[in-house]
This record gives sequence, C-alpha cells and structure tokens, in this order.
Amino acid sequence: MKNKKNSVLVLGAGIAGIQASLDLAEMGVEVHLIEGTPTIGGRMPQLDKTFPTNDCSMCILSPKMSECARHSLITIHIMSNLEEVSGTPGDFVCRVIERAKYVDPVKCVSCGLCEAKCPVKIDDEFDMGLRKTKAISRYFLQSIPSEYTINPNYCLFLTKGVCKLCEKVCPTGAINYQDKDREIDINVGAVILATGIDPFDPIGFGQFGYHRYSNVVTSLEFERMLSASGPFGGHVVRASDEKPPKKIAFIQCVGSRDESIDKNYCSSACCMFAIKQSIIAKEHSKELDASIFYMDIRAFGKDFDKYYDKAENHYGVNFIRSKVADIVELPGGSLELRYTFENGDIQLEVFDLVVLSIGLQPRKGSRKLSEDLDIRLNKYGFCHSDTFHPLETTRPGIFVCGAMNGPKDIPESVVSASGAVAGAVKLLKLERHDVSKGEEEVIEKDVIGERPRVGVFVCHCGINIAGVVDVKNVAEMAKGLKNVEHSEDVMYACSTDCLEMIKERIEEHDLNRVVVAACTPRTHEPLFRDTISGAGLNPYLFEMANIRDQCSWAHMNEPEKATAKSRDLVEMAVGKARNLTPLKRLPISIDPEALVIGGGLAGMTSALAIADAGHDVYLVEKESVLGGNMRDIFFNLDGSDPQQFLAETIERIENHPGIRVLMDSNIGEIAGFVGNFRTMLTNGSGEQEELTHGVVVVATGGSEHKTSEYLYGRSSRVITQKEFERMLHEEKFPPGKLREVVFVQCVGSREEGRMYCSRVCCSKSVKNARQLQSKKAKANIYFAYRDIRTYGFSEQYYSDLRNSGALFFRYTPGNKPEVEMVHPDDPDSRIRVTLFDPVLEKDVVVDADLLVLAPAIDPPEENLKLAKMLKIPLNSDGLFLEAHVKLRPVDFATDGIFVCGLAHSPKDMSESIAQAKAAGSRALTFLKKNSILAEGTIAQVRKDRCSGCGYCEDVCAYAAIEIDMEEGIAVINDALCKGCGACVASCRCGALDLRGFTNEQLFSVFDSLEIEAVEGIL
Amino acid sequence: MNKEFKPRITSFLCKWCSYTGADLAGTSRLQYSTSIIPLQVMCSSRVDPVFLLKAYLSGSDGVLLGGCHPGDCHYETGNYHTRRRFALVKEVFESLGLESERLKLSWISASEGPKFARVANEYTEEIRKLGENPTRKSIFL
Repeated sequence: MKNKKNSVLVLGAGIAGIQASLDLAEMGVEVHLIEGTPTIGGRMPQLDKTFPTNDCSMCILSPKMSECARHSLITIHIMSNLEEVSGTPGDFVCRVIERAKYVDPVKCVSCGLCEAKCPVKIDDEFDMGLRKTKAISRYFLQSIPSEYTINPNYCLFLTKGVCKLCEKVCPTGAINYQDKDREIDINVGAVILATGIDPFDPIGFGQFGYHRYSNVVTSLEFERMLSASGPFGGHVVRASDEKPPKKIAFIQCVGSRDESIDKNYCSSACCMFAIKQSIIAKEHSKELDASIFYMDIRAFGKDFDKYYDKAENHYGVNFIRSKVADIVELPGGSLELRYTFENGDIQLEVFDLVVLSIGLQPRKGSRKLSEDLDIRLNKYGFCHSDTFHPLETTRPGIFVCGAMNGPKDIPESVVSASGAVAGAVKLLKLERHDVSKGEEEVIEKDVIGERPRVGVFVCHCGINIAGVVDVKNVAEMAKGLKNVEHSEDVMYACSTDCLEMIKERIEEHDLNRVVVAACTPRTHEPLFRDTISGAGLNPYLFEMANIRDQCSWAHMNEPEKATAKSRDLVEMAVGKARNLTPLKRLPISIDPEALVIGGGLAGMTSALAIADAGHDVYLVEKESVLGGNMRDIFFNLDGSDPQQFLAETIERIENHPGIRVLMDSNIGEIAGFVGNFRTMLTNGSGEQEELTHGVVVVATGGSEHKTSEYLYGRSSRVITQKEFERMLHEEKFPPGKLREVVFVQCVGSREEGRMYCSRVCCSKSVKNARQLQSKKAKANIYFAYRDIRTYGFSEQYYSDLRNSGALFFRYTPGNKPEVEMVHPDDPDSRIRVTLFDPVLEKDVVVDADLLVLAPAIDPPEENLKLAKMLKIPLNSDGLFLEAHVKLRPVDFATDGIFVCGLAHSPKDMSESIAQAKAAGSRALTFLKKNSILAEGTIAQVRKDRCSGCGYCEDVCAYAAIEIDMEEGIAVINDALCKGCGACVASCRCGALDLRGFTNEQLFSVFDSLEIEAVEGIL
Repeated sequence: MNKEFKPRITSFLCKWCSYTGADLAGTSRLQYSTSIIPLQVMCSSRVDPVFLLKAYLSGSDGVLLGGCHPGDCHYETGNYHTRRRFALVKEVFESLGLESERLKLSWISASEGPKFARVANEYTEEIRKLGENPTRKSIFL
C-alpha cells in the first residue's frame, strides 16, 4: 500500500478535480486523481465556447490538463473507481479499482494505427453519439493521457475471441488482451469528491419528441454541432437533411424547475448556455433566426446580464416568455411549436431545429457512491452540504466540489475546488517547501563561449511521420547544416530507450544544443527538456521541429512536398538552436505571512483558511467591528442561524494565535510584488505601521445601494430588505395592522448605471417573505419582479411562496410599479402601489402597509484607490476583475493577489465562504513555498538603448515593467513577467528583448528560410 | 509566371491558440497546403512589425500571423496590440508600394483545426494568384 498520509485523493478529473489537484500539488501535496473515463478534462472539452466571454473552452482548458499530467506530484488513475474509504480524517485508506485498459500506456505511442484498422464501430460518447468511434480509441483527439484504450464491451477479441487486428498493426507491441483490473489501496489524509453532473435525459418528455424527431436535439448535442472539432466541423446542419437550419428554437428548463419529475431546482447554467449557443449560432450564420422560450432568464452571474442584453439587442435573439406545450414534426423534418403566453394566448410557429436546454442532474451512480463512502445526499440526489460548510460532505475529512453538490457553472466549480482544498490541507501536516532546490541539483554544464554543437534527432514516429516524410533524407540533410555535429533518425524519439540514447549522444559528441524533429512541442517539449537537463544541459538549449502534427499528418498525400517542408522546419530549428542561450529561472523568496483586506465574512473565512494551514495573517478592517454585511443577516432559507455562525467565526478569529486583527485601520500604501509586499497601515489613533507579507487577499465587500426611488427616505413605510430583515428579527413592526406587503425587486439593478444583477435579492426577498408569513400569517404578499432568479436549490422556496398564495407581478423597466402616499403629508401614510398584471393585462392597486425594496449591491468606493495601489483592474461596474473569468476566478493577473466575496461580485453567504476559502487556498499555493521560480523566457532590458519612454509599461498586462525614475530606464520585474513579448515588439529603441525568443534567434530562423533564388543581391 | 510556383508562407502562430489549432488540424488529419511554414511565438504580440518585413524581404511569398480571438488572449491583451500594429504595417506596406495582401492576420483558436486548414488553403491560393514575391527577382532598398 502506498503510505502517504500527506496526500489527498481527488475523485473526478473534470475542471473541479483538475483545479483541486493542481492547487494541492502546488502546495507540495501528493495527489491521486481518480477518473472513470479514459481521459481527464470532464465536460469542458465537449464545450465549444464558454459564456460570457465566448472563450474557446479547449483553449483555456488544455494548458491546465497538460499541467496536471506533467506535475510530478499528481498521479492520474484513469478508468478507475473509488470503492471504499476507511479510516479517520487525516488517515484514510481508499480502495481504488483500476480497470483494465488492454493497451500498455508505456509502450503506446498514440499513433492511431489500431483505431484505423479496428472493425468495430460504436457511438462516440464524447460527441454525444453524433459520430462513430472504434472499440479501440482515444476518448477524444486531445485526450490526456493520449494513449489508446480498448472498450472491452465491444472489442471482438475480448467478446468473441476473434480479430486481434490491433495487435497485428501495433508497431510497439502495446496491445495486451490479458490486462486485468487492479485493486489498489491508497493511504491519504483527505478525500475530495468532484464527480460532476450528468445532463438530463429528455427521452421521457414525449411532448418534445426527442429521439422521435431527428431535428430535436439536446443543448449538449448542439454544443458538439457548433464545435469546430465536432462531428460537423462546426457547420451547423440538421440531421434530417444535412441542411443548415434557418430558424432555431431553444426550450428552457427541460428537466429543471419541474415538481412533476422531482426536480424542483434550477440548473443555474442553462439560461446562459442557451444565450451563448444562440449567439454562436448567429455568428455562424447571420441570417439565422434564434428564439429562446423561457420562464425567467436567470443571468445572475458577473457580467451575465450584459451578455443577455447583447444577445437580445445586438444579435437580435428573440426571447419569448412562454410555455411550449408540444412539438409536432412536419413533413420534411421541420417542427411546429405550440406555445402559450402569460395571458393564455396560444401561438403556433415552425422551426427548422429545436434545442432542448437540458438541466443538470446528479451523476449516475452517485447513490451507490454515497452508500460506499457513507455520505448523505440531498432530496434531489446531489451530495448534501450545508450553507456554512458548502464544501464539506456529512463525513468529516471528505470534501466536495464542482457541481456534485448542486448545479454550478465553470468558475463556481473552480472556486469550489480551490475552496475544498483549503479544508483538505487542514488535515495534513505541510511544511513549506523549496521548489527551486530540486531543479538546481543537476550540475549544469557551462556552455557560454563554446561554439554551438547541435545534435539533431529526426523521429519516424512509427509510420506517422516516416509513412509520409523521407525521414532519413531529412536527417542526412541536417548533417550538412552549419554547426550540426550529429544527426540521426530514430524510431520513437519519446521512447525511454531513445531518451537515454539522446543523453549518450550528448556525452559522445559533446553536444551543447539539441533539436528533435517529431510530433509537437505542445506535448513533448517538456519531456525532451527534462532529458537534456538530465545530461547536464540547460533545458532551454532545446528546440523542436514539428514535422508530424503540422507536417506529415497535414500533407499525407504529398510525400515530396512534406519532406521538403520537414527539411525547412529542421533547418529553421537548427537556425534558432544555434543562437539559443542557457536561461535561468531565478528564485523569488516568499514571505510566509498574508494580508487580508476586509473583516467581513469573506475576509474572516479567508484569514482562517490561511491561518489554519500554519501561516500568520494580518486581517485589516476599516470599521471597529468584524462581520461586515453579515451582521444584518438573521435568517437562512434552510433554517440555519447566521448570527450564531458569525459569533463562532469571530470568536475563532479573535482566539486564533496566527491571526492579528487590525481594526479601525486604513491602508495608506502597498508596494512590492509577489512574495515581497510592504503595506503601510494607519490605525484609528493615527499611528502608522509597516507590515511585510507574501500575498494579499482583497475582500473589501460591498454595500446596499442607497436608493431614492419608490419614496424611499420620504416614507417610514418604505424600507429595504436589509432593514426588513432586522425588523423581522426584532419583531418591531410598524404600528397598526400589517396586512398588505409589497416587495419590489431590482431596485437599481439591471438598469442604466448598474447593468448587473445583484444575484442574491430574489432569494433574500423570498426568504424574508416566508419569514413574514411565519410571523404574520394574515399578511398578503405582492411581489413585483422582472425575472425571478432563485437559482439552484432556492427554487423550491420560491415555489413554496407561490403555492402559499403570494401574488407575483412581472414588470418591465419601462413599466415599473408606481407608488404614491395615500396621505401625501403624512410620512407614516400607507403607500398606494399600482402594479400591472401581465396575466390579467390590467392594473392592480394595493394600499400597502409596508413597501420592501430590494436594492442593488454596490461595490465600495475605496475599490478604485486599492485597485491603483495594487495595480489590479476593475470592470466597468467597479467590481474587481479577476485574471480569468472562467478558470482563474479568484486570482488577479498580477501574481500573489487574490479576491473573494462581494468585492468580486454579488453572491450569497455560501458562495462567499467557498470563494474566500478558494482565495485562501490559492494564497497558500504561494505561501507553502520558500521561493518560487520566475519564468525563464522573460523580457530583458538593454539599459544603454532604453530611453525610458514608458510605452512598454503601458503595454504590459501584468504590471511587470516600471520606469525607474532616477535612472530613466525601464526595469523588468522578473517575478511578474509572463514572457508574452508584447513589450518587446512595442519598444521603439530596440532596448527590450524576450529571452528564448530573442530578435537574434528569430532572425536566424528567417535567415535559414532565405530563398536561394535571389540572385545578384549584394 | 512559372507553372511550378510553390508559394512559401511564413506563419507566425501564437503558442496558446493558433499553434494549438494547427496541431489540431494535423491530429484531425485535415489536409492543407505545404506552403505553410509554421513558426511558434509565445504571443502574437511578440511579432515585431520588423519580423513581418524581414520575413517578406527574406523571400516569403506571404506572411501569416495567427493569434487568439480578440478577448481570448492568453496574455490578457496581447492580441489587441497585435491588431493595431498589424493595421499599421499594412499601411506602411501600401505606402511603400508593396503588396499588402502578402500580409495576413487571422484569429484561430485552439479548437479551430478546420479553420486553420481553411485559412491555410485559401491564403495559399490567394498568394498563388499574386505570384512570386518580387524581392526574389529584384533588389530594391
């Protein structure tokens, strides 16, 4: 048994599992990543684009996938299940079954010959059955690990004992029909579950004709249809006649918000998913007509409403608030939808294609998993977790993240993954570690001043390259190139034997530069760099020529031309290699302390996450009390007590030996960079103090918008939700009867000046309305709203409220509820509210005893000052802008600074806690290291050429360049530079250069390309 | 014009999107013109206008620059700089009386293997029509 208590098992390798693994590994924790399918990646690779930025899903995911596969502390177990967890938190034994793969991953070189020859065609699960794959295959083209596996349910030899074609064609003898399932026990300190969700199967929804009508597809199938790498190459065509559709209908809430099928929850992501798909579809074809049929558009996330607005007003997507009753297929395959409007009117309309926006449901097998692991599920079958512990299962030591405990979109999954890590590391005993040490141990040969001696290795890759390119000819040609000391062709450059041989050749020929012409640097450069590093060469003295992915595979029918191109590519690579110089990754020391700005729920939670892992935290709060907005929250939808939790949290903070609380304090200045920040603080009595710390967590919160609408401030009977909640708590109601209570939503949100949804107000108002009903049973509730956005499991409380008799009135921005005082001179007068009822199509007048407004959440004004100090960006709404909306939701582009809570965007308590833990975790990925290594390929300044114009400073997205005012020249901060080279190309004096991609190196590439035909040139 | 004319198109591809997209075209076995000679850079914004000129003056018949789609840049804002610089270089080309069609900027994402292949083929065809890079035959400067 692998005995490593300081390790963690992560179940499920979707984006949540990947993120959790990477965070843990960065903290120095050994990770076992268990995945059921043959690849890591989960659902994200199936997506074409992601909302609300339309980022390409694979573009942003694949670097994380390869990082995960490459990390020395992460062991990936594909095609594996977790069977049992025994033991106690801190010391678990996990039983894992690794299913037989029938292909030896060490021998397999992913050439694909087996798949080409395999006679068994089966539905491709990755492409939602829209394409065929084989019984031996790769899960998808960019699978990691990339090796092939056999599906034993379909393989002819494994099922019927005949065939063996794959064994015959496999050039490396990797096929092993005798492979067996293996049972392994892994000793870990904690377990993180991230098994994700399944899409709802609409086959039972007869009225929509899914599976009966070929042109009714699910949103996930449509996503594959949109994808450039999908079955139709990104050309959206109908299955029935392969013609591009002109009219597409999206039907929302298929398998969500539906009590009749026991799914009285909102799947949270489908509205945005449909909006995204309608935009992408319209981008594919301008004439396309797209309509979304919906109940409420739930665009509640950061920048979602702007995206919704863009779809409607820029792209012209039709949003139709109605219920689709049924669909009838017409001759020719088009579909007639019958739908009902709010007022009961019925309409018929014909569409070419119908997309069902299917909900998210618990993963198949989660019931069994919950029994095996002894964890509780909620009533819908999702993993149970409570409001204040959103990342914990009911079994101590087992944590949960991703959509496994409730529908989530990608950033929420990433946040929860990092957050779950904070819980897991508490159970481990982690020391700070030294990343630079391991790499420095190799004694590096000094090659400076030596004549370049290049070794060239040209790979056959079986017949993948050699079947098209004359590999021997290329290797022979290379021998004649300047500075080439040695050149040869090899069968598989990446095989263990060959890597050893490359090391020997380095020794033998005293090589100081290596070029490998093979597949692609994207997957193999790290391997070859490690190899030459093992032979004492600086890893940057390596260059790769891509003669497979971008040559032999792309020019399969033009062997001569492909050979000529390969020669060019090798010549270019040698040209660059000749000028390569060794690069150092300089260590940057990391101060072990953290600064957390803001003492609200997010700040406190983040501080505890960091301090519990053994690091000192300065918690700075501008007010004289801790708790922030949470001090005004008294109830939760699920009945838990926020004030009790707050009191416990404050007590933990105050008694924690690692946390120093600095009240009444203001930040005057923050200087420095990752690992080395200096902050000047002024406390209430005007005393100044300087703090040094390695990271910063920004948790500055938000506040209720101060409105002047709806008579607020002029009448004692108009109050905000925050005031109302306190009133309910203290039970100090206005004098007289409390019979008619009107709620108005979206006060200040989703309109000019604040084009965002404040996310929590719908659920908060529903919660307070339910509280009111429990205290004043006779009160009549009138709810004026634009869209009810009770996403996730809040939906059930909304339907409870509806079923209890509360009346709902939808309004539009142009037709807001009208209010006047019944007795204009009396500030205590009742309020006459006129609400338009779109169902009855007439006004309803209520004399309200109380008018409760749900104002927007505003970011604090200090954000601007802090943003300037830390050189971090704000979005157009004044909210902090994270490094990447999808995959780096709590990081800033500038290393060492993190964001959580309302400072990032409006969110509820659970979400704030999860994000605060995530910020703590991300901070710990730095704090757990004594030092980090700067990039090797970073920009450098030639002082003698720099004029100090400062243009580079403006261009840099990472605040890595500053003009030294005394010397008048640009200075690069090695710790912050990411090596994009944007500044280099911007420099007017030629003072900047990018190491590893210098002008000289790139020019030498052009020189090798220079065409001989130029005659007479001087 | 020489019937055998085989254009040579130097293609600067950013590591994160276009280069990955080109790899995907290969993995998907999409066939495109051998005229495309790829050259990886970290970001399209690394491509100094001088590189475009240098590639042209070294005899490339066409120069292709591939980056992430606007908004998708791995380095936040790099491709916006690229977009602006590229527009300028085009103008400079025109003002020098050079054929600005010999420069092409294209946004190709990591999942757009088919787009890469299509752009490669279409651009090769365009260049084939334009003919050989005139600097191959005569000297000017």
